[in-house]
Amino acid sequence: MAEVSITNVRKVYPGNVEAVKGVSIDIPDGGFCVLVGPSGCGKSTLLRMVAGLETITSGECRIGGRVVNEIEPSDRDIAMVFQNYALYPHMSVYDNMAYGLRNRGTPKDEIERRVQEASKILGIESFLERRPRQLSGGQRQRVAMGRAIVRKPQVFLFDEPLSNLDAKLRVQMRVEIKKLQRALGVTSIYVTHDQVEAMTLSDKLVVMSAGRVEQMGLPNEVYRKPASRFVATFIGSPPMNIARGVVRGKGAVSIGDVVLPVADMAADLVPGAAIEVGLRPEDLIVTPNGSLTMAVDFIEELGATQLFHGMLGGAALVIQAASGLVPADSKTLNLSIDPAKVHLFDLETGMRRGL
Amino acid sequence: MNKTATFKGYLIPALLLAPQLAITLVFFYWPASQAVWQSFLVQDAFGTSTEFVWFENYKELFSKPDYYKALWNTLVFSTLVTSFSLSIALLLAVMADRQIRGYQVYTTLLIWPYAVAPAIAGVLWMFMFNPSLGIMAKGLRSVGYDWNPLLNGNQAMALVVMAAVWKQISYNFLFFLAGLQAIPKSVIEAATIDGARPMRRFWTIIFPLLSPTTFFLLVVNVVYVFFDTFGIIDTITGGGPSKATETLVYKVYSDGKGGADLGGSAAQSVILLFIVICLTAIQFRYIERKVTY
Ligand SMILES: Nc1ncnc2c1ncn2[C@@H]1O[C@H](COP(=O)(O)OP(=O)(O)OP(=O)(O)O)[C@@H](O)[C@H]1O
Ligand SMILES: [Mg+2]
Repeated sequence: MAEVSITNVRKVYPGNVEAVKGVSIDIPDGGFCVLVGPSGCGKSTLLRMVAGLETITSGECRIGGRVVNEIEPSDRDIAMVFQNYALYPHMSVYDNMAYGLRNRGTPKDEIERRVQEASKILGIESFLERRPRQLSGGQRQRVAMGRAIVRKPQVFLFDEPLSNLDAKLRVQMRVEIKKLQRALGVTSIYVTHDQVEAMTLSDKLVVMSAGRVEQMGLPNEVYRKPASRFVATFIGSPPMNIARGVVRGKGAVSIGDVVLPVADMAADLVPGAAIEVGLRPEDLIVTPNGSLTMAVDFIEELGATQLFHGMLGGAALVIQAASGLVPADSKTLNLSIDPAKVHLFDLETGMRRGL
Repeated sequence: MNKTATFKGYLIPALLLAPQLAITLVFFYWPASQAVWQSFLVQDAFGTSTEFVWFENYKELFSKPDYYKALWNTLVFSTLVTSFSLSIALLLAVMADRQIRGYQVYTTLLIWPYAVAPAIAGVLWMFMFNPSLGIMAKGLRSVGYDWNPLLNGNQAMALVVMAAVWKQISYNFLFFLAGLQAIPKSVIEAATIDGARPMRRFWTIIFPLLSPTTFFLLVVNVVYVFFDTFGIIDTITGGGPSKATETLVYKVYSDGKGGADLGGSAAQSVILLFIVICLTAIQFRYIERKVTY
C-alpha cells in the first residue's frame, strides 16, 4: 500500500507536443483517483508516466514516498489494466496471471495459491486453461484484472478498462472494480472519459482539460461546486444548462426577463455586468407555484425520468423530472430553484464567480 | 459470410480459369511430365539412340557418391543460409522496430539487395572476394588469412553462403518487421510492467508471437536455398572447387548440360520436384491453418 504524489509533472513529446502542462495530484494510501476529461487532454499520458511507460519531462512522481522518475516500470510495484487488456495471446489464462510472478522468482506453490485466489475472486476459475482468444470480452477483462491483482502491487493503474465492453457489462464491472478496490485497499488511478464512471468510482475526482487539472476534489464537491464552466458542463448528464445573463444586484441575476435568486455570488459583481448562469437540469423543480415559467418544445422519455426541452427567458433549457410528475402534454411549466444551486461563470475566463 | 461467387453455367468460370490453366500447363505440367518421361530413358552421348530403362537412372543416381555429396552440400548450404538469414534479419528487424532515428532510410537500404538478380549478386560477391582482384580478399590476406575460395572448398562454401544470406536477408527482414509491428505495443508494455527484462521479454513474448512469421519464412527460405540460389552458385563458384559447392539443383544442370546425362539429370529434377511438393504441402497444411500459439 502506498500513497502516490505527482508534483508539477510535465510531459513534452518529441515534436514539442506538450501533453501534460504541470499537474500536481496527491492520492492518499488506498485512495481511488479518477482522471476524467475529453479525448486528448493528457489523461493516458499522465497515467503512463506514473507507470514508467513514458519518461517524465519535468516534475516529480512519488510512490510510497519514493521518487520513481528514474525507476523502471517493473520496479515501481504497480500493475496496469489496459483498454485492450493486452493479454499474452499465446499463454493460457493461468500463465497470463502467473507471468509477472514467475518473472519475479515467486515459488511455484505460492504462484499456484495466488492465481487460484485471484481467479476465485474474479470468478474465472473454470477457464484457467483457455487461451485469451477463447474468451468473451468480459472474461478477458476479468483476466486482465486478475493479472493485476495476483501481483499484490502497491498501485493499480487503469486506462479506460471498461470502454470495450457493452453498456450493461460496463455497469456491472464498474461495481465489481469498486468493490474489489475497497476490499483490497490498493491505491488506484483510473482513467476514463465517461463521467458516470468517474463520479461513481472515485473518491478523488480529477477533471483534466488540455493537459491541465481543471478541478479536483470529492466527486460530489466537483458536481455541486464546479470550478469552471468546462467542469460544469463536462460532469453531469444531461449536462448543465448554460445561459447568458445579467447581474441584477446582490443575490440576483436575470436571464432575459426572468429574475433568479442566487446565493453563491462573488461580491465584486456589479449590477448590469454580463455573466453566464448555469442550471443543472435536475435542480429546476416543477411546482405549481414556481416563479419561473418555461415554454415546453418537446419531451424526451427516459423511463424513470423525462427531459423537457424548452425556453426560459429566451434561452434554451433542458430540465429533468421524475416520470409521471408532469402531464406529458404540458405546454408551459412553472419552475422553482434553490438559490444555492444557481451557478455563475465569468463570460471570458469561464471561471466560477462564487463566494 | 458466404465467399462463394455464383455463376450461371460453366462458360464464364471456364474462361476465367483458362489463362491460369494454360500457363500452368505450358510451364509446369508439360516440362514436368517431360522430365518424368526423360528420367526413364537412357540416351547415348550423341543422342542417336534412346532406350527405355524404367528406374535404372534413379538406381544409378543413388549408387554414386556424387549424389550423396550434392545432397550433403545442399543440407549444409540450406542449414547455414536459412539460419543465418533468419537470425540476422530478425536482429535487424528488432532494431528497426525500436524506431531509431532514420529508421525508414535504414529499412529502405536493407530492402535493396532483394531487388538484385541472383546472378548479379553472385558476380558482385565473386569480384569482392576474388583472390587476385577482390578488395575483400586483399583485406583478408593482409590480416594473414589464407583466402582462396578457388582452391579451398570450405571457403567456397562460405562465400556462396554469404552471398545467398545477403540476398535473402531483405525479404526476411521485411516479414519480420511487419510481424513485429503487428504485435500490440500494450502487450509488450504489460510484460515490461510484469517485470520481464528485455531479453526475457523477447524470448517469452515477442519470439512466440512471431512464430507464425518465422515458420512461414523457414519454409520460404528452404525453398529459396534449394532452388533460387542457382544463379549465385553458378556465377561465384560454378559448383567448384571439385564440386564442393555443388547442390542438388546445380547438379541437375551440370549433369544435364556438361555431363550430357539427360536421363540422370531428369531423374534428379523429378526428385527435386517431389521435395518442393512436400515443402509446399507442409506450408499449406500449417500456414493455411495459421500456426497457432
Ligand atoms: N507518443 C506520442 N507522441 C506525440 N504526441 C503524443 C503521443 N502520445 C500522445 N500524444 C499527444 O498527447 C496528447 C495527450 O494524449 P493522451 O493519449 O494522453 O490523451 P487522452 O487524454 O488519454 O485521450 P483519450 O481519451 O483519447 O485516450 C494528445 O494531443 C496526443 O496527440
Ligand atoms: Mg487515453
